[in-house]
Amino acid sequence: MVQVAVRPPDLSASGVRGRLRRWHRFPPVLLALACLTAALMAVPVAAVVVQAVSVGAAEAVKVLHRPLLPTLLLHTVQLTVLVGIGCAVVGVGAAWAVERTDLPGRKVFRLLLVLPLAVPEFVAGFGWLSIFPAVQGLKGATLVSVFTLYPWVYLPVAASLRNADPASDDVARTLGVGPVARFFRVTVPSIRFALLGGVLISSLYLLAEYGAFSILRFQTFATAIFTEYSLRFNGQTASLFSLILCLLGVGLLLGEYRLRGRARRVRTGAGGRAAPLVRLGKGAPVAMLAVGVVVLLGLGVPVGSIVYWIVRNPATTLPPASVLSATLQTLWLAGVAAVVTTVLALPVALLTVRHPGRLSEVVERSSYLVRALPGIAIGLTFVTVAVQHFPAIYQSTLLLEAAYVVLSFPLALVAVRAALTRVPAILENTARTLGSAPRSVLWRVTLPLIAPGLGAAAALVWLAATTELTATLLLRPTGMQTLATRFWAYSSGLAYGAAAPYAAVMLATSALPTLLLVRMGVFQQKRA
Amino acid sequence: MSRRSLLSRRSTAWAALLAIATMTACSRTSSPSAGGTTDPATLTVYSGQHEQTVQRLVADFEQRTGAKVALRSGDEGDLANQLLQEGKNSPADVYFAENPPALNAVSARKLLAPVDAATLATVPAADNSPNGDWVGVTARTAALVYHTTSVTETDLPASVMDLAKPEWKGKVALSPGETDFHPVVTAVIKLHGVAAAKQWLEGLKANAKIYSDNEAVVAAVNRGEREVGLLDHYYWYRLRSENKGAVDSSLHYFAPGDAGALIDISGAGVLATGKHAALAQSFVAYLVSEPAQQIIATSESWEYPLRPGIKPAAGLKVLPSLTPAPLSTADLGDGTQALDLLQQVGLL
Repeated sequence: MVQVAVRPPDLSASGVRGRLRRWHRFPPVLLALACLTAALMAVPVAAVVVQAVSVGAAEAVKVLHRPLLPTLLLHTVQLTVLVGIGCAVVGVGAAWAVERTDLPGRKVFRLLLVLPLAVPEFVAGFGWLSIFPAVQGLKGATLVSVFTLYPWVYLPVAASLRNADPASDDVARTLGVGPVARFFRVTVPSIRFALLGGVLISSLYLLAEYGAFSILRFQTFATAIFTEYSLRFNGQTASLFSLILCLLGVGLLLGEYRLRGRARRVRTGAGGRAAPLVRLGKGAPVAMLAVGVVVLLGLGVPVGSIVYWIVRNPATTLPPASVLSATLQTLWLAGVAAVVTTVLALPVALLTVRHPGRLSEVVERSSYLVRALPGIAIGLTFVTVAVQHFPAIYQSTLLLEAAYVVLSFPLALVAVRAALTRVPAILENTARTLGSAPRSVLWRVTLPLIAPGLGAAAALVWLAATTELTATLLLRPTGMQTLATRFWAYSSGLAYGAAAPYAAVMLATSALPTLLLVRMGVFQQKRA
Repeated sequence: MSRRSLLSRRSTAWAALLAIATMTACSRTSSPSAGGTTDPATLTVYSGQHEQTVQRLVADFEQRTGAKVALRSGDEGDLANQLLQEGKNSPADVYFAENPPALNAVSARKLLAPVDAATLATVPAADNSPNGDWVGVTARTAALVYHTTSVTETDLPASVMDLAKPEWKGKVALSPGETDFHPVVTAVIKLHGVAAAKQWLEGLKANAKIYSDNEAVVAAVNRGEREVGLLDHYYWYRLRSENKGAVDSSLHYFAPGDAGALIDISGAGVLATGKHAALAQSFVAYLVSEPAQQIIATSESWEYPLRPGIKPAAGLKVLPSLTPAPLSTADLGDGTQALDLLQQVGLL
């Protein structure tokens, strides 16, 4: 009952009926799970829209005429464009250097280049500022964002560079195309999807980011939303701003969709040989220096500043027990979120990959939208919805976990989808024709094949949950302390020496899954 | 891809998932603080005040009364929003805020119960809510932090109004988003009128470099990035204790009666919907009691205890010697007027 061998192109007028038929063939349990999950993901965005609509036209016009609004729009757009370009250049450059050249030490660099993922942005901002106070404004915000977000581009691009069939490159070479031209005319098109997807995720992150920009004194919509809530206690204006952020997010999603075009799937599979490595020769030290600088800025600065604060101010009133209990608490919360989110991402990924269509496309894309909303907006929608409809779970671990799941779902979906697209449907279909029941195909064929992708999804969720601050502060059970809330409590009291150990442990615990990500490869196969 | 590498990768993944699952199962038992329901006999306190100090207060209160307190620390504004969203379903019994506007926002929605008259009488009447639904607990004063190597105290302005003059161009650090700044704006409006206040803010905008918060302001002035910064006094004291006394900055207070010589109150109220009304009242009464005020006076929050007769921390100017602007907490209102003006000018 799972699927048929080859689907005919869906051009006819009976397309809708055909789609319905395919939906019908989708196991009902999975379909129900996928719909339920999609509905859960839509809660924050829907709540924001409902609240924004309830504001009323007169108030809305007044808010939209505020002199600060154009500045916010300009800042947000400027930053998104600059960081997008920056991440693309740094991410592709680094990926090309470690995957396609004979760069000395590239195995170590492969690891180090991913690790900035483990640095929460508010820690990075704090690190930059405490070491280089001059880093601020648009330049500062761009700098910090690029070097914390580039791994989202680097990871998938490195994977697709590793997987790409070198045949086209060979053909181009035999036709006399030079190396630079080949890079832009052969390599870049082959990594287009990975590049666009990476830039999309990092841009969505950017829209929602509050902590780092508030530290770097750069006003964006996310910081304005925070101001509106915290100073005016005005949820209405805040929800209008959130709606604008959502629209910007939709713009990004549509833009990426346009750019990647109709051909959505990259050819993958184990076939082909590895591309020959470019010999750097005398350029090797320069390349090493460049990649080294990326690692230094992305990883060295935040780690360095944490070490600096610990060394400089070791005597604090800090009870080691509180670090331990906050660590255990964080690990537990992140662990549960990782498992649950990964499990929920599976049906949606199966639906969108094995049964593509407009509806599944909408389900998938809309779940990314939540990433464009700042934590405070999402957190407060959870407060509202829970208080009004589910008072029993308000301020319970359950609600906090639900928020983690919603916040990190897009990451899990990306990883599971990527793994699924690499498993040819023919394997599952063959198992079906050999008489296996759909459930047994799922357990015996599909799941084992996408296990690395599931692991990667869990690791990404783990990262996101470990470093989450805003929603945690709002939704945690009273008295619960995580590493992030402890860090926040001390650093907002100017007690950087006491804050630093929490940042260090946070970094260490999120470095673990990051290393796991590399070990398994989020999106790649091993080089032969 | 070889079969072997597939297998090894697959087993890594399963091992990872298994590890997560195991850890999840194990740490469930080791985290007693987790779990949805709060003990019915537990007092829930939402606090936007300095966390370390409030923790000491809570521990002392628990020891004295035998009651249990669940402390929820956060940003005062976030907590106020949370209370507004929770409405009648709030699990909170007490709200302890850093500034009156946060308390007044909650009070305006009729979410606060009257505080016991005896508690209100402990501190000067002007420091309490005009409606009697929150009590003043600590005070802080607006001040000017200055970089000691680039300016001398004699060159500093007597009035906060002077900071808008052209000679201060490029020399001022300011965080207009900070809740501590808005009462100063309100004071300027009350003492000089809206038109003058707007002009002042425009001048200030031209002169100042904007920072995200007062922690950043005090750090910037201490580094010498800007000559002076407008903030509440305790930021400088906290910086000084964090830096073990090694600072390149000092504090300057504005002249008596000036809009900048403003004393701002941090207070606490009892939620009308709380389920432990008597205990909540006794907690709020405790906050202004002698032992609690002594803890505040000796803590690293560096704020002024409001109860008469309690000496503030060594090194703090004694409060009565600061003659504040003649404004009451009622005059300072909910800060809406100040926010409107700040938005008109484009500082927010």
